[in-house]
Amino acid sequence: MRGWVSWRKDRCWITNCSGFFMTQTLIPLLVDALANAALIFFVAVGLTLVFSVLRILNVAHGSFYSIGAYVAASLGLWIVSIGAPPWLTFPALLLSAALVAALFGPLIEHTLIRWTYGKSEAVQILVTFGLFLILEDLQRLLFGVQSIYSDTPMSLLGVSEIGGIIYLNYQLVLVGLAVMVLVGLRVFVRHTRTGRLLTAVVADREVSLAMGIDTNRMFMIAFTLGVFLAALGGAMATPTTGVAPGLGADTMVLAFAVAAIGGLGQVEGAALAAIIVALAKVLAIYFMPALDAVAPYIVMVVVLSIRPHGLFGTAQTRRI
Amino acid sequence: MRLVHIIIAVGVLLVALVPLALPFLEFVLTIAIAKGFAALGVALLLRAGMISIGHAMFYAVGAYTAAFLGTKLGVTDLAAMLLLALLMSALTGLILGAFLVRYRAIFFAMLNLAISMVVFALASKFYGITGGSDGLRVPIPTIFGWAPDKPVFDTVLFYVALTLAVSIGYLVYRYLKSPLGHALASIHTNEVRLEYLGVSAWAVLLAAYVISASLAGIGGAIAAVSIGHVLPEYAFWTESGHFVLTAVLGGIGGVVGPFIGSIFLESVHSVAVNYAAEYWNMIMGAALLIVIFFLPRGLYGLIERRKPNGEDKL
Repeated sequence: MRGWVSWRKDRCWITNCSGFFMTQTLIPLLVDALANAALIFFVAVGLTLVFSVLRILNVAHGSFYSIGAYVAASLGLWIVSIGAPPWLTFPALLLSAALVAALFGPLIEHTLIRWTYGKSEAVQILVTFGLFLILEDLQRLLFGVQSIYSDTPMSLLGVSEIGGIIYLNYQLVLVGLAVMVLVGLRVFVRHTRTGRLLTAVVADREVSLAMGIDTNRMFMIAFTLGVFLAALGGAMATPTTGVAPGLGADTMVLAFAVAAIGGLGQVEGAALAAIIVALAKVLAIYFMPALDAVAPYIVMVVVLSIRPHGLFGTAQTRRI
Repeated sequence: MRLVHIIIAVGVLLVALVPLALPFLEFVLTIAIAKGFAALGVALLLRAGMISIGHAMFYAVGAYTAAFLGTKLGVTDLAAMLLLALLMSALTGLILGAFLVRYRAIFFAMLNLAISMVVFALASKFYGITGGSDGLRVPIPTIFGWAPDKPVFDTVLFYVALTLAVSIGYLVYRYLKSPLGHALASIHTNEVRLEYLGVSAWAVLLAAYVISASLAGIGGAIAAVSIGHVLPEYAFWTESGHFVLTAVLGGIGGVVGPFIGSIFLESVHSVAVNYAAEYWNMIMGAALLIVIFFLPRGLYGLIERRKPNGEDKL
């Protein structure tokens, strides 16, 4: 009991805070959490999108995140090394995500993923898991095992000071981009022809096919978009952290945790879940560093025990 | 006696005789049997159509239990180590399984993966207890008071492992032939009908989950005393992936399949490690795809007659 009281004295909790703690510690923590949430959101929303259209959980999704990160970091380092203007590293982030999507999306959907449509879920998981193992070693082969780090975009943007607190501008850019992606996806799905066709395929695959929708093309579009979002997350993450082997697996499980908490197939759910998970992670780093890797999964276990289909998910009748 | 039984008996005999002719294979085969146990655990769940990409955590629980007994508690008897590893992994399986078997398909697979990553993170973070990423050294166990030196112990361990594989394998075979085992396979084919028959799918799956966790635990304990060192990597997802691949490659139709897959893979690995250690994951991934595409019943499917209800397929 004594420990608890003294703990509250030096680091008071959110509800009972003196203004000092609030502004000096909590707000930077929140900005950190939101920037983290933005990165997780890109991957998780891609995963959830692919799942809702293709009804396949792509276990190799995290690999596209790390490939995007590797390509972006290498491209960034290359731009700096040839002496080109450093602001070029910003378009390079987007370009590398697009490159990865164009290269891997259609190719993998056409060959491996298409084969698993209508197969049992165990087969789908195994096939994408096999793909994941191959992609992991492919990255090791191409980019080596050394950590790659390219922070040009972050240092270019610098920092800004608001109310005595210093922010990394790059973090604010990340949050802005995530909001743009969220709104953009909504507009795309609701108000464009392709988006509406996708919605139709999600709602009823057979009827869409009967109505003359090219479902195979829709699957390819959704999968490629998913790859792009994952690679974008990876690319945007490079200025803040190094890229090293093993990133793909961690990201995959984290993205799944977020997608599952939000409800698989729910775009807004993924956004909310990303914020919750990032907050949990940041608070864990601050209060109990040993638990930082574990925090998202504790959240997932708690949420799934109460709502097995996630926060926004709807219960499905069991297949007979 | 059917042909397949004779083939299995000859196979076991061959495995038992190989180290006499080629001593360097003794260690490879011991590890193959240890991993075969874990793969058998994964295969049990695959029969129910459930795929666990996290079974390495039970392998690690078994291994760490053995290491703990040896280093921290001073219990160095091999039988005690194996038995307690079995109990600990069964207990862990019971606790986690009670939560996990409510989920199906993707959720089951990914929750297993998530929890195994938690186990890995905890094992590598808590230096005081688990030795962190340095792991724990396992002393050479004694066998009922007899303390052999390392080479002798290795030979004894190999035959103990082989005996365990045959006896526990037989028990699992009986389990699969029992009503409980058939109920397990029917979760894959028609779970709703199973529940209409008044059988609780949850209880059937929980029993299978505990058995599969125990199998992985025994495997982990055997590997720990054979290698003499446990590391957090025992619980890493690549290890889980390896078990799934082993089960699928060997075939999930019978108890023997995962052991065939394991011996095959470990032999290939011991050769490949000299030439292509960096590409091992890639080779495994490609092998997994090839087996799923062209050999859905695994290597075991080559010697066993096709089952009419397809319960040996993925």
